[in-house]
Amino acid sequence: MRVVGISKRLGGRRILDAIHLELFKGQTKVLIGPSGGGKSTLLQCMNYLIFPETGFIELEGQTIDPRNTKALCAFRQQVGMIFQDFNLFDHLTAVDNVAIALRKVRGWSRRQALERAMAELERVGLADKATLYPAELSGGQKQRVSIARALAMDPKVMLLDEPTSALDPELVSEVLAVIRALAQGGMTMVMATHQMGFARAVADEVLFMENGRIIEQGPPAALLTPGAATRTLDFCSQLEGGI
Amino acid sequence: MSWMPAEEVEFFLHRLIPALNDGLLVTLALIVPSSLFGLAGGIVVGSLRVYGGALWGRLAGAYAAIFRGTPLVIQLVILYFGLPGLGITLSPYAAAVIGFTLCSAAYHSEYVRGGLRAVRRGQLLAAQALGFSPWKAVVWIVIPQAVRKALPGCGNELIYLIKYSSLAYVVTCFELTGQAKIIASESFRFSEVFFVAGLYYLIMVTVASKFLQWIESRLKIPGFGTL
Repeated sequence: MRVVGISKRLGGRRILDAIHLELFKGQTKVLIGPSGGGKSTLLQCMNYLIFPETGFIELEGQTIDPRNTKALCAFRQQVGMIFQDFNLFDHLTAVDNVAIALRKVRGWSRRQALERAMAELERVGLADKATLYPAELSGGQKQRVSIARALAMDPKVMLLDEPTSALDPELVSEVLAVIRALAQGGMTMVMATHQMGFARAVADEVLFMENGRIIEQGPPAALLTPGAATRTLDFCSQLEGGI
Repeated sequence: MSWMPAEEVEFFLHRLIPALNDGLLVTLALIVPSSLFGLAGGIVVGSLRVYGGALWGRLAGAYAAIFRGTPLVIQLVILYFGLPGLGITLSPYAAAVIGFTLCSAAYHSEYVRGGLRAVRRGQLLAAQALGFSPWKAVVWIVIPQAVRKALPGCGNELIYLIKYSSLAYVVTCFELTGQAKIIASESFRFSEVFFVAGLYYLIMVTVASKFLQWIESRLKIPGFGTL
């Protein structure tokens, strides 16, 4: 996947400034940086939930034309998105949340879709919660269902927008465990996060974003070793010192 | 009814009840189509007010403002007595059904609009991110949630419709209240006649409320507040 020269202005302010990003199969990239730095906007541009003003997205060598609704929907099916506040469908049970897109977007039969949905719930350790509604699940469980929902579409890339930021501290690790297993299983991912320990352990590359630009990028070892004179390390020590 | 004088029994069983039953049939014939068309119209108008863009949104908003902002009696009188001046003549029944439908649609549109607005934006984002087309996202994600949020209001509108159907007598469509008026003025027994007619409405509203409660319990989902 390639992101070429993405720029976006909102309300006269430049949110993204000519971002370039290249993502290879099986890579995990972590976006870090201060709030308002453009991490969320970049992720939402990457599957055209927000249309960038300039630049384009390429997936496996193919450029996507966002004005072609059909092509756009087909593209989005290949890119899984995890939101900070889960966005589970409130009127559907956990298993139906996972199955609905298979049925209505892919056109699978109800039985086939439910079978696959159960398999995905099992993968995130929630097979026993299949019949519960979002209001009956904890935040961590909701986020795991939303990961199962994205995985059921067999995405080529997963975009994760601060998947643990809305969670109580004791629920963070269950979600991170699922994401770590994904990374180790070879999933291609871009994740915005403030979990520095996690970034160190899982990321192939860390991208530091501020004011709509990628200021520093490199393997976590280079950017985050104590003593490295990087803006990234500076930011991280503030973050960890603050907690 | 041995405690009643014979002429009283005669009046209730052979005059009042048959006449009110006739009126009841007309009332039901007014309510059923008006509520169905009114709800359908309300869904269209409410959806236009939310998703219709500048032109359609404003037209739908103006429609709702006019029909919610003027008394139903005036709307009925214009439909029945005013339209013939433009060459359109409606039967009393047609004028009443059209009037109730237009008015009911305006009120329903308000509840539908609220229901659609109450569906969180993230729900639509999540659907889009999974590859739902805009149309499929609305049908499978937004509408099932909006219906549950709009239901209490729309049910209330049905209850109101049952009661404002009594205005049909204004356009000489003799439903329950119209029949009651005729019998009362012939017999001068105003309190008895309107008391019994009131009971008829109370029973209709009770049945309708039970029906609405049943629908709400069928659609109940944890996390959708008190339905």
